[in-house]
Amino acid sequence: MILLRLFLTFLKIGSVAFGGGYVMIPLMRDECLTNGWLTEAELLDFIAVSESTPGPIAVNMATFVGSSQAGILGALVATLGVVLPSFCVILLVAAALRQLLRYRGVRAVLSGVRPVVVALILSTALTMFLSLTFGVGKIGDAPVFSLPGLSLFVFLCAIALLWRRLRRRPISPIFLILFSGLAGIVLFR
Amino acid sequence: MKRLLLLFLSMMKIGLFTFGGGYAMIPLLENEFVSKRGWIGDEEFFDMVAVAESTPGPIAVNMATYVGYRVGGVVGAILGTVGIVVPSFAVIFLISLVFRRFIAVAWVAAAFRGIRIAVVFLIFSAAWRLFKRLPKKPFPLTVFSLVTAAATVLSLLAVRFSSVWFILIGVGLGLAAYLFALLPRNRRGEGDK
Repeated sequence: MILLRLFLTFLKIGSVAFGGGYVMIPLMRDECLTNGWLTEAELLDFIAVSESTPGPIAVNMATFVGSSQAGILGALVATLGVVLPSFCVILLVAAALRQLLRYRGVRAVLSGVRPVVVALILSTALTMFLSLTFGVGKIGDAPVFSLPGLSLFVFLCAIALLWRRLRRRPISPIFLILFSGLAGIVLFR
Repeated sequence: MKRLLLLFLSMMKIGLFTFGGGYAMIPLLENEFVSKRGWIGDEEFFDMVAVAESTPGPIAVNMATYVGYRVGGVVGAILGTVGIVVPSFAVIFLISLVFRRFIAVAWVAAAFRGIRIAVVFLIFSAAWRLFKRLPKKPFPLTVFSLVTAAATVLSLLAVRFSSVWFILIGVGLGLAAYLFALLPRNRRGEGDK
């Protein structure tokens, strides 16, 4: 029963995704790869589309994955699943626990969760980087080095840094995505 | 009634015009509900941001639920949440209908090979941004390094270990550190507030 699977999977993701959109990426990567819903490349494409369209990345990703697996109903149950836990928690906080963050137990839990969340995002970036530019998805894979991929990555780092220096604010992700799309057409055609 | 309709429409507008997710939405919500309409006080708004960041789920959705509840109770919370989700849901659903055919075109496929590199870069920079906000103390830094190493190695070994477990381990470690600091013989070392 794919709808139930989608709903429960995204309910699980929504309940543990502390810290917003980007935490969803490691969580969704696990679930989508394990369930065979997406390949690594499709996942990256979906993230790119979610980044370049309006709205929270997590909601966009849930809608996208749900729709790709089971059409409009899939999109609905996945989005509902990812939103429901935070809706209930916030309702509880707004109605009864206004002082939630002042409890020391809650702060202690968060102090343990925050470093884990950052670590998961970094580790996802690392494994994706290895598989994209060196072709290493797991140990034992014969490396297929991609020079255009690596040069594009280095170039993106350089323009992002330069932009920060000159404009004093981070570069727009949509600009980076558009730029890399053009570069991709030149490099990979 | 009019207030609820206004809430719903404002949320839809914000949902439709913010690119880049949660943090991009905070100034828009502030402008709409604090500065323009005065439905929520300044200080309360900052508390809301803190709560939205510390509870699970997308920050934008958390904020919308909270603002909606303060404006119109449970009905307001539902309207606010639905309002902020509907525009992106509609846009993404339409894209998903044509995406597979779109990406099959040769030059689009080439463009996306470049775009994937940009996405990995964006994930790196998100990790860096969040890392800068971690307190630079032994406990968070140790947890951070161990989990980064463990998650990367497990993934490279193709061992299936869901990230959910890592987050639950984080919950456990946070509580353990807290209880450890409460032990009588460590009481004196408890300097932070």
